[in-house]
Amino acid sequence: MTKHTLSVLVENKPGVLARVSGLFSRRSFNIDSLAVGETENPDVSRITIVVNAETSPLEQVTKQLNKLVNVLKIVELDPVQSVQRELLLVKVRADRSQRAQVLETVELFRAKVIDVAPDTLTIEATGNPDKLDALLRDLEPYGIKEMVQSGLVAIGRGSRSITTGPALRAA
Amino acid sequence: MTRPTPETLAHRASAATPATVAAAVAGTHAAVTVSPTPTTGAGSLVRSLEALGVEVAFGIPGGAILPAYDPLFDSKVRHILVRHEQGAGHAATGYAQATGKVGVCIATSGPGATNLVTPIADAYMDSVPIVAITGQVARKSIGTDAFQEADIQGITLPITKHNFLVQNAEELPRIMAEAFHLALSGRPGPVLVDVPKDILQAQTTFAWPPTLDLPGYRPTLHPHGKQIREAARLIAQSRRPVLYVGGGVLKAGATDGLRKLAELTGMPVITTLMALGAFPDSHPQHLGMPGMHGTVPAVYALQKSDLLVVLGARFDDRVTGKLDTFAPDAKVVHADIDPAEIGKNRHADVPIVGDARHVIDELIAAVSGTATGTGAYQAWWHQLDDLRERYPLGYEEPTDGTLAPQYVIERIGKLAGPDAIYVAGVGQHQMWASQFISYEKPGTWLNSGGAGTMGYAVPAAMGAKVGRPGTTVWAIDGDGCFQMTNQELATCALEGIPVKVAVINNGNLGMVRQWQTLFYEGRYSNTDLGTHKHRIPDFVKLAEALGCIGLRCESKDDVDKTIQAAMEINDAPVVIDFTVGKDAMVWPMVPAGTSNDEIMFARDVRPNFEEDDL
Repeated sequence: MTKHTLSVLVENKPGVLARVSGLFSRRSFNIDSLAVGETENPDVSRITIVVNAETSPLEQVTKQLNKLVNVLKIVELDPVQSVQRELLLVKVRADRSQRAQVLETVELFRAKVIDVAPDTLTIEATGNPDKLDALLRDLEPYGIKEMVQSGLVAIGRGSRSITTGPALRAA
Repeated sequence: MTRPTPETLAHRASAATPATVAAAVAGTHAAVTVSPTPTTGAGSLVRSLEALGVEVAFGIPGGAILPAYDPLFDSKVRHILVRHEQGAGHAATGYAQATGKVGVCIATSGPGATNLVTPIADAYMDSVPIVAITGQVARKSIGTDAFQEADIQGITLPITKHNFLVQNAEELPRIMAEAFHLALSGRPGPVLVDVPKDILQAQTTFAWPPTLDLPGYRPTLHPHGKQIREAARLIAQSRRPVLYVGGGVLKAGATDGLRKLAELTGMPVITTLMALGAFPDSHPQHLGMPGMHGTVPAVYALQKSDLLVVLGARFDDRVTGKLDTFAPDAKVVHADIDPAEIGKNRHADVPIVGDARHVIDELIAAVSGTATGTGAYQAWWHQLDDLRERYPLGYEEPTDGTLAPQYVIERIGKLAGPDAIYVAGVGQHQMWASQFISYEKPGTWLNSGGAGTMGYAVPAAMGAKVGRPGTTVWAIDGDGCFQMTNQELATCALEGIPVKVAVINNGNLGMVRQWQTLFYEGRYSNTDLGTHKHRIPDFVKLAEALGCIGLRCESKDDVDKTIQAAMEINDAPVVIDFTVGKDAMVWPMVPAGTSNDEIMFARDVRPNFEEDDL
């Protein structure tokens, strides 16, 4: 199975997210990650969905999503032709003896310390999922006390905007 | 930060105008214009229904919807007070299927609304255009578990084409116009409008027509020319083609075109359970119905075909049997108005998205240039005709002296004729009604195909009769189904809706019993309803108690007489208790989950397709 990133433009109306996520569960499609927010047009929200699917079920997902009356447009973002980011907040055990090493890792990944306690550091990092995985692997030996991760957001490279480009048309 | 985006504006420009919606709903071209008039939300709702050309609504009032019933009292919209909201929903469905217009049902919040869930799910599975209007608790109470509160928008999310929770009274006319437009256009389906009580009571202004705002909704009606040409090329090349016709052809009103296309090409035609009447049963090119209880020639034709031309059908599991072995040698031309149906179950070599009427018209134009005539399919027809001769639909007379249910249904079909509307419940009687009545015209066969809703027949027949009062409407029901919704006969009696109900009473949940006979070694767990053994209920007395005429028929000699007696009564609903044998079975049969190749012509009789291969 391969991962696909879908950018779904929807009308910014109550209940639209429930329609989209409900469709995934009842058609038994799996969502890896989902992020939603307003766009440059306050009438329109953008949902970024990462799905793990073969081509044929993906086509079914797209067609079923297109049938939702509040869905305006669906575009699949190619991983090479787009920038993909997640946000990670992680609380790591870091007492005096470990602190320097943890800070070195933070530096290495261009992450940021956003909160300090006598025995922990809270780190903020953004990046693509691979980078964040690598960061977590490096931090793991010190002891991860708590972590929270956002869904993936993605945007196409270059000057073209998906609000004007062609929609994903699977038929 | 342009708002709305140019794209949004472009979509809005292409959206249908409310005038065309109203015209389509009312079946006229009269567009209503109303300049802004002060009224309540309830007034606005009812005036919207009037402006949309609604002639009838089925419903039951209750607390939250009560404000709407006040202006409805004076409205030209006829309200039919049903006995259970499920009856309102199926009546709206029957009305819509019989007339092609949008059916309307109304219920209050909470249990009123949840009682509509089954008919809404039923209409969703069979793509029937209905609009359900439900009352909701006042906005400030939503989410507080208020009295008679249910999140009906959430509940019906997966079973409606779309649904609305009205947020302010001003948007009521627009939402109602959108609801009707969504229900009827593209692939039709149910739409629910949930209206909080305080919005019904609020002061507002009603004006008509409103502007639709559906930027994300643009069904494709016209097929792609390249795909049509490719389909025509395959039709010309094929030697064993089949026209596999579904309910979409009826919904598109494309039956004349279908006949033209079939006769022009000489292709064999099969019509699914949802498409009976789309192509005359008596037509020499008609092989019958495919699927679990389809005819041997229809099932064989699919299995041996080299080209399926699929129009408005969706490869339902009841048609395909085990999907991997379905029509293994066939290329597929699949035309449907819903792109999501194409490639969902079976890969389409030539996908065509469009309205069946346009698809068929363009296919006719395309094949006219390349038509091969019947000649190219001669060998194919030779095989099929041979099968038709050897494996016709039929049934055996019971040896225990009981009345054959198939005979009863066959006689109703013969005596009531091809102009009557037949409405079936779900089960054996439904399958026999699909097999032994000859459907010659569109809109004469109504049933619950996708959902398989027992209890559909009586209320749907009521709705059909209201929509086409000049037509004889027969409900062919089972004794199990009939006991689920017969309360609507009281509605029929009081509202002057003289439907005829044939209860095919075998005392059992017959189809389930048939499966127990075949697959559970005759262990009849919980299928005997006692309607034979104890005559509980006595359907004749029950009919009389509900204000209907009750008749009973127990022998073959009385069948015609009883049907004729029922046909002479036109001022009251009639119920006939046909007491029939319990052992009759529906044949042919493809057992669930097996391949179409395993079709059984009768018990322990399997046509061998390999030997039949000529």
